Amino acid sequence: MQGILEVRNLTKRYKDVTALDGVSLSVRRGEFVSVIGRSGAGKTTLLRCINRMVDASGGEVILNNVDVCKLSRTDLRKVRSKIGMIFQHYNLVHRLTVIENVLHGRLGYKTTLDGMIGRYTYEEKLLAVKTLAMLGLMDQMYKRCDELSGGQKQRVGIARALVQEPLLILCDEPIASLDPSSAKIIMDHLRGACDNLGITIIVNLHQVDVAIKYADRVVGIKSGRIAYDGSPANLARNTIYEIFGSEAGELIID
Amino acid sequence: MEDILVVERKNPPFPAAGSLAPAPRGETDQAPAPMRSPEELFRRRRVQFTLIFLLLIVVTAFASLITQFNFITSIESFPKALLWLAKNVVPNAKSLRLVPNILGKLLQTVQISIMATVIAAVLAFAMALLGAVPTRPNLMVAGVIRLIASFFRNIPVVAWALILIFSFGQSLLTGFLAIFIETFGFLVRSFIEVIDETSKSSVEALRATGARYFHTIFQAVVPSVKPMILSWMLYMVETNIRSATLVGMLTGSGIGFAFDLYYKNFNYAGAALVIISIIVVVLLIETISNIIRRLIL
Repeated sequence: MQGILEVRNLTKRYKDVTALDGVSLSVRRGEFVSVIGRSGAGKTTLLRCINRMVDASGGEVILNNVDVCKLSRTDLRKVRSKIGMIFQHYNLVHRLTVIENVLHGRLGYKTTLDGMIGRYTYEEKLLAVKTLAMLGLMDQMYKRCDELSGGQKQRVGIARALVQEPLLILCDEPIASLDPSSAKIIMDHLRGACDNLGITIIVNLHQVDVAIKYADRVVGIKSGRIAYDGSPANLARNTIYEIFGSEAGELIID
Repeated sequence: MEDILVVERKNPPFPAAGSLAPAPRGETDQAPAPMRSPEELFRRRRVQFTLIFLLLIVVTAFASLITQFNFITSIESFPKALLWLAKNVVPNAKSLRLVPNILGKLLQTVQISIMATVIAAVLAFAMALLGAVPTRPNLMVAGVIRLIASFFRNIPVVAWALILIFSFGQSLLTGFLAIFIETFGFLVRSFIEVIDETSKSSVEALRATGARYFHTIFQAVVPSVKPMILSWMLYMVETNIRSATLVGMLTGSGIGFAFDLYYKNFNYAGAALVIISIIVVVLLIETISNIIRRLIL
């Protein structure tokens, strides 16, 4: 399996806080990676540096042999169109219908005018409908997004990412606002996208049990540094305590 | 021996429990500052409230002393003023001849305020995009936009009318411009707040898909802000009919001019008719905009 993403010595400093402190990571195509750590450890910053929603202070992010940090605006847009992103708060346009939100995933491939007036091709619409069917949202297609439940909204978020036909999907705490059964559905769909479509997935999580259950590989981050990088099976209890701070350890496991 | 060891291992999480004796245990780790009792907190609130109240009374008394404003006499003169109003400022049969003229002027005023609002709203939306956090091109442009808007907004509409009279004379255009400038300043600020509140997350998501700037504007910002923006525009139309009356008095146009004319000719019946017609129109516009709001929100 070839490498798709190579993060080298990535650092990010905000005014007086160092969010990332020399993170290096290499992800293979089709891998399902969970990034775990406390809030504020740098998980979100790491994810956002990959598609440059946040500009890194130093280091390199090589995606498919291209250094994302050095791209021009136009080229960055092209790279972003191949990276899906899923958010904790779904980040949908709530007043638009489900199908319109899903088709937003195609905007990266559109000319200015076509995107502005929302002119999509037949193939794109077909892809959007098929994706919705796969996620079990056919009945919700023409509903406005503010009528949906949290779990349904997140599935729309996944659909929007999938119609991008992405190489990589970045998920920032995708299940943090969901109840356990909706969370399971979302994680199953993400796992399915990885297994059936061969999409590389990086998920930020703070639930260690979920990370262990779904991921091929777990990356633990503590204070902007990598504290663990390996298979979920080898993740020892002590390492978890170290990542999350010892007091929290007992609450997280079991 | 072993039992003691186990107990000792379990104790350390609460080492400071003894030193913070009076506070309940749950709060010890949340309140690093010395925690006061609830009674003390509420007593402090009462004292604060009383002090503010006393301060207001003192300031008021002091102000009326300086301006020689006598509260008692002003209250005493109130019934007399009302009586005078009821006797003189009522429409009579003769004043009904003025109705066509008044309606014509009123229509002019309504048109001016709607026109000024619509044109100002279009420009204000473009400016607000440059000033709002999710859509601004850079910090400096946003700062300049906010400054301009605040400059336009914070000079009262009457002052704008007086300033503009120098350059444009007493005309309909002056009245229009004064209202337009005020509305523009106000709407830029409101629209910036609407965009900041409603569009941040969806703009972020669209940018992450590789969408262009204008895609995010038309696919995320516009659908999200549409109802709020229409609501603000309706509010401005209502406000502007009121200010157009005032501005009209200064610039010699619209319904304000009619009022000024009758009033200064001691035609109080005619002036009363003007006032009643303004009230009717404002209520009408308010009702219509409430219906529209209910439909769009």
